[in-house]
Amino acid sequence: MKQIFSLALLAITGWLLWSLVPYGQATEPGPVSSHYIAHGLQENGGSNLVTSIVVNYRGFDTLGEVTVLFLSVAGAGFVLRRRSGQRRVAPRPSSEFVQTGARMLFAPMVLFGVYIFVHGHLTPGGGFQGGAVIASAVLMLLLADRDHHLPHGFMGWLESLAGFGYVLTGFLGLAIGGSFLANKGVLPLGQWNRLFSAGVIPIIYTLVGLKVGTELSTLLDVMVDSGRDHGEADAHGQKGGAA
Amino acid sequence: MNGLTPSTLYLATAILLILMGLAAVLVKRNLLKMVLGLSLVDTGIHLLIAALGAHPGRTAPILDDAKYLADPHTLLARVNLVVDPVPQALVLTAIVIGVGVTALMLSYVVRLYARRGSLDIGEIGRLKW
Repeated sequence: MKQIFSLALLAITGWLLWSLVPYGQATEPGPVSSHYIAHGLQENGGSNLVTSIVVNYRGFDTLGEVTVLFLSVAGAGFVLRRRSGQRRVAPRPSSEFVQTGARMLFAPMVLFGVYIFVHGHLTPGGGFQGGAVIASAVLMLLLADRDHHLPHGFMGWLESLAGFGYVLTGFLGLAIGGSFLANKGVLPLGQWNRLFSAGVIPIIYTLVGLKVGTELSTLLDVMVDSGRDHGEADAHGQKGGAA
Repeated sequence: MNGLTPSTLYLATAILLILMGLAAVLVKRNLLKMVLGLSLVDTGIHLLIAALGAHPGRTAPILDDAKYLADPHTLLARVNLVVDPVPQALVLTAIVIGVGVTALMLSYVVRLYARRGSLDIGEIGRLKW
């Protein structure tokens, strides 16, 4: 019965998606997209139109997105918080090669992440992608050196400052440019295809990159830490025969 | 649908991913596999939305070539050279939210495993009605 129900649900979903999505019918972008493509460069100065949309046209939406990411990381941190009385186990250290290699690669990886989010308005990439690269560098360090710990106070401050800077840039736009997160008039748009161009877009994407990088790194730190706790709990459970 | 065009292939792959994920959520009893299934649904939807804006023969919406910097009267010609950037921007948002949601789900799984010592959803029956 259950299998039949599942199969029917799958079949209906597949049929709906296949037949109802207006797929391949659009021969050209819609009116809003056409405006973005035709005038995005003049209005924002950034050659990457996706970045123009994410950071400027839909900048308020991105602010909400950053908030959602923060909330989910805060939720995960709350769920995985260390109970009082739980002792940390000393994990088996990884080999010298792994530790040295991870330390050697850490700085170039962070630099690459910074490169990605600083050039978000020119090349594919941006704050979210650069932040993810930075977080993967931190993950590598955490996995290689199990005793390594992130400075939570510093990360928290950096994250808060980045979020505050984003909102502050928005209000600057409100004060100078006439609307929240406005780009025009706040900073000069600069020359096409240069690093210092596109007004506030690189600034916002740098702040987003810092925020996402610190958030995801903190999340990974909490997860790795919690895994240690449960490793200990399992060992006890198996000794007692409960598991 | 006549023949196997790239857009048919995108659509078929996306629907396959979504159905695979949905099947995993419906059939599997392991919590980790259910999270994996939801993640697959997520990926399928991303592919579907991103491919909705794709047009054959057009390039990425990055105006970094001098040919895009023509006179104002050819501004509209740009529209015919690049794909629709709006679905890509929406997918960028959706990917980030998906990462956050997956992280939160995995944290719940970790917590549940610590409490119950099992990943079987059948053993978590307290909320069942």
